[in-house]
Amino acid sequence: MLHDLPAQVKIVALVLFVGAVVATPREAFWAFGVHAALLVGAIVIAKVPPGFVARRLVIEVPFLLFAFLMPFLGVGERTTVLGLSLSVAGLWGAWTIIIKGTLGLGASVLMAATTEVTDILEGFERLRLPKLVTAIAGFMVRYLDVVVGELRRMRVAMTARGYDPTWIGQAGPIASSAGSLFVRSYERGERVHRAMLARGFDGTMPSFEQVHVTPKAWMTGTAIPIMSWLVAIVAWVIR
Amino acid sequence: MHIPDGFINGTTSLGAGIAAAGGIGAGLRQAGKKLADRQIPLAGLAAAFIFAAQMINFPVGVGTSGHLIGGGLAAVLLGPWLATVVMAVVVGVQALIFADGGVSALGLNILNMAIIAPWTAWLFYKGLRTIVPRTHKGITIAAGVAAAISVEVAALGFVAEYALGGTGGAPVSTVLIAMGGVHALIGIGEGLITAAIIATVLAARPDIVYGAGDLAREEERQRPRVGRFVLVGVGAALVVAAFLSPFANSSPDGLERVAQDTGFSETAQATPAESSPLADYGGSGIGTAVAGVLGVGIAFGVGYAALRVAKRTGR
Repeated sequence: MLHDLPAQVKIVALVLFVGAVVATPREAFWAFGVHAALLVGAIVIAKVPPGFVARRLVIEVPFLLFAFLMPFLGVGERTTVLGLSLSVAGLWGAWTIIIKGTLGLGASVLMAATTEVTDILEGFERLRLPKLVTAIAGFMVRYLDVVVGELRRMRVAMTARGYDPTWIGQAGPIASSAGSLFVRSYERGERVHRAMLARGFDGTMPSFEQVHVTPKAWMTGTAIPIMSWLVAIVAWVIR
Repeated sequence: MHIPDGFINGTTSLGAGIAAAGGIGAGLRQAGKKLADRQIPLAGLAAAFIFAAQMINFPVGVGTSGHLIGGGLAAVLLGPWLATVVMAVVVGVQALIFADGGVSALGLNILNMAIIAPWTAWLFYKGLRTIVPRTHKGITIAAGVAAAISVEVAALGFVAEYALGGTGGAPVSTVLIAMGGVHALIGIGEGLITAAIIATVLAARPDIVYGAGDLAREEERQRPRVGRFVLVGVGAALVVAAFLSPFANSSPDGLERVAQDTGFSETAQATPAESSPLADYGGSGIGTAVAGVLGVGIAFGVGYAALRVAKRTGR
């Protein structure tokens, strides 16, 4: 169901949901419980495998490490938990980062999992983002394959010449060949662009379907974020 | 460097978002003026390259992960205005399509990586260019050092945001030391990689390095003008022919000498021009000078005509 929603609805929903999470006062534990339940509900409805979401959450790990250190580094009033002297302010900070960061990331992962990249870009175009920005973003996403493909070809060429890449040993050669990677992908990009011009490219990507967003789609898409905003407001009022 | 949601409070994030939007708007206006259609795909390619470079993400101890930011690279390659737009696109796509960096922290991330980093790099680059030699090597060094500094300043931008609205309990001084220290290390790597990339691009395609545009224009200016070159050349030839040829040694030149010595000069046929008034460069004195001047004129005329014909027939 989430897959079929127009991309611009999902973008608005994502921004609204993350905004609600960030605006929720950190003392309202129950509110974060409701936010998490809403997000998990959306993930279940969208039939996104939990393992996929978990793998994508790994990106957060460095910040979680920072969060875990905060109670030890924090200053001010201290409390004792399990025999450890911890800073109260640091504990609050760690809690805020872990819960808000994870909820925000989870929502972003859900959108990435249920929406094609080109649809997201088209969604932004319909949300009236400046044309230059969507054009550059569109070329960027398409040229990513060019850059990665060129890198693969260079690596094959290096291997063919007796270079034996080990995981960490790749860093040096990749850094030193980054310049040639740039020039090579740039020149390939020039050829791609000329080929596009030869096929009638006039600066805008043709859109194959005219998506008409029904009020029902807007209502379905924003139902969860509106609920999370209600939760955030209630949490502020009863605080 | 990608701040997640909840790290900095909502008010500060919102303020940073407004500042970021203003910066991007200015960048769009300035870059859009000069940006030809042809350059949009190439800006997209630069964005893709920086995105790919940023994906190589490694944890550097506490607080954040280290990766190339690319702000300095973008500024030197594309100029600061377009670099702002391109970096903002990279950071925006990361947040909204690849879930890297919080959606609510997008303004903060754009401020640090798309505005502070490229502009710091650009200002230091322009400053350093006044000290370093005006060569490719000078550009490479200036770009590398500027990129290294830009990482540190972007990290300080984060510390300032943390001081304004950080939700963590860690004191600002601790964050300052941690971020400053870690990013000094990342900055060295960033500087080296930026310098390596700029050096290669300058060697292969100096025309696509925005920051080296002044060097290209200078080379253009220093290139000798064809008209002046012809004038100076013909003038020198005339001076030699008119004033120096009378003093020419009348001894046979190398080929004539060999011909006489080996005795094949007798086999040489008298050319039809033997009877011309200028044969064997006239007699002596004024006659030689006139013969020389006439010879220069004829040689230039024939050569010029031949080149014109060659040019018209398309080489």
